[in-house]
Amino acid sequence: MYAPEVEAPAAVVLPASGLDDLLTALTGRGYEVRGPTLRDGVVIHDRLTGAQDLPRGVGDEQRPGHYRTTPREDDALFGYAVGPSSAKRALFPPRQPLWSAVSVGDADFEIREADRPSPRVALFGLRPCELAAIAVQDRVLLHGAVPDEVYTANRADLLLIGVECGDPAATCFCSSMATGPGTDQGADLLLTELLGGEHRFLLRAPTAAGQALVADLDTRPATEADLAARDALLEDAAGAMERHLDTDGVHDLLLGNLEHPRWDDIAKRCLACGNCTLVCPTCFCTTVEDTTDLAGTTATRERRWDSCFSLDFTHTGPASVRNTTRARYRQWLTHKLATWIDQFDTSGCVGCGRCITWCPVGIDLTAEVATIKRTSEDPDAPARS
Amino acid sequence: MTDEIGRPSVAVWKFASCDGCQLSLLSAEDELLTIAGQIHIAYFLEATREVADGPYDISLVEGSITTPADAERIRRVREVSTTLITIGACATAGGIQALRNFSDMEAFRSLVYAEPRYIDALAESTAIAEHVPVDLELRGCPIETSQLVEVINAILAGRKPVTPTHSVCVECKLQGNVCVTVADGTPCLGPVTQAGCNARCPAFRRGCYGCFGPAESPNTASLASWLTDELAVEHPELVRLFRTFNADAPAFRTQSRRHEPDREEVAT
Repeated sequence: MYAPEVEAPAAVVLPASGLDDLLTALTGRGYEVRGPTLRDGVVIHDRLTGAQDLPRGVGDEQRPGHYRTTPREDDALFGYAVGPSSAKRALFPPRQPLWSAVSVGDADFEIREADRPSPRVALFGLRPCELAAIAVQDRVLLHGAVPDEVYTANRADLLLIGVECGDPAATCFCSSMATGPGTDQGADLLLTELLGGEHRFLLRAPTAAGQALVADLDTRPATEADLAARDALLEDAAGAMERHLDTDGVHDLLLGNLEHPRWDDIAKRCLACGNCTLVCPTCFCTTVEDTTDLAGTTATRERRWDSCFSLDFTHTGPASVRNTTRARYRQWLTHKLATWIDQFDTSGCVGCGRCITWCPVGIDLTAEVATIKRTSEDPDAPARS
Repeated sequence: MTDEIGRPSVAVWKFASCDGCQLSLLSAEDELLTIAGQIHIAYFLEATREVADGPYDISLVEGSITTPADAERIRRVREVSTTLITIGACATAGGIQALRNFSDMEAFRSLVYAEPRYIDALAESTAIAEHVPVDLELRGCPIETSQLVEVINAILAGRKPVTPTHSVCVECKLQGNVCVTVADGTPCLGPVTQAGCNARCPAFRRGCYGCFGPAESPNTASLASWLTDELAVEHPELVRLFRTFNADAPAFRTQSRRHEPDREEVAT
């Protein structure tokens, strides 16, 4: 996790009209600010030039295989849950040139590292589940046995500004994964949007970088009423969460049911299209593609997102190891919820619900786990490894 | 065979098709001169009347088999080709003309032609691979020029071509396209269709119509059920969705047949 650098100072309050000052303070410090904005009818993360780019008065309606934005009756700037994009796109890009081999002379070549422009990026408006996802990717890609160079470089000078959730979608289950709807960590600055009475933001800055930003803003100290409003908001949000994943014993449940008939039932519905893995904020699987130029003088190696749902992903020798959809879905779910814990000492799931919403046939992992649990012949069977 | 300066010979063959895929090679404007310098174009009637005798190192085959004469001709093409690559939906799945496989060819023959007795056609339009072994398939209607250049380039460099067989969805997500099915309720064949087009239609907020044919593990039955139950796509739209340029590709054919209530009704 992102350890606070300093004793967290008291919360302050910024009027909603002051949010633009925060964005200006970021761009003034040379940050390229990326945050939630509307595109093609969806809230995605893209470049922000000011508070006017935020989706004002926009809510969302999400269910398995379904997403729509909806108008709200208030001026909320963060009145929606997560959309299809996540911080993964910025920190672990879908395509990443790694290096080229260029011929020099008749029989020699030299290796050239790919240019990696690394703009100073501030990710703005990340939800607690998204901050938790960054913490998961940090474990894998930053603090793992072999740190990933690309991720490490993108992570180095990154500023994170989180926003707590007041209005979860029907596909959210962060309260089950203990990642939201509120958080005290994972970001340089944490915002809570308070809509009742004066439209305002509660600001807390767990890091020195966040505190320096707050110092540039015209804020007032938070009152007991402001803090109580935050508590009520988070309590309501947690209470409104419709979906739940029972994490108690899920590791042994899944690994003890590798031959459960439910996997066959899921395989009948699963399209093996890969959408769940690609929208997942923690999935990190990639492949490399080697191409050459027509002149035959330059070979380039590029890394791109892959998915455990593609046949090529386990292609070794004559065939794919996981050659059925059943095997591939089971691999994904058991890795995400069980063997991820063995590998990285954390669940791979943060409860954001993206894999449920963006599955083109609405497969819901919380429902599948519940079904396996309910119909497991021996829920206490020892895990196979 | 390779010519006197060591360039591999390439032949381009046409069967029942519109020539669009062959034109993809000619329209590779930025790369064409470089390619032309590295291969010996031995047989390519769309481009040149000059013809060199076989055998050929690489044969690119466009079009489907629709006549007894073509069924014979493709065997001779196979015999004189070291590597045979089929290009486009006609060659890889029978093409749009395979719509006749769902109807009565005899009825068409007598209705369309003044002198039907001169027409010597097979009852079905079939893919090249149903007649001879094929080394590589390039999908699409038409094929993607960049994929053709990639394959020629890979053969020249002696490496594996980068032509993934996963779904179009992967390309959408790599590019950051918003899913048209989930966000707009638009029927899209992307989840069951092979990549290679850079998700061209969804990038313009249109549903994929499957011109690259079925992906590696196409669960068309599940997609069809979802489209019916959630998006109310039913006959005849559901049949038409699967019955276009790759109508006779098995995974698409099975679904269009399954959702066809009355074959006679469709034929009229």
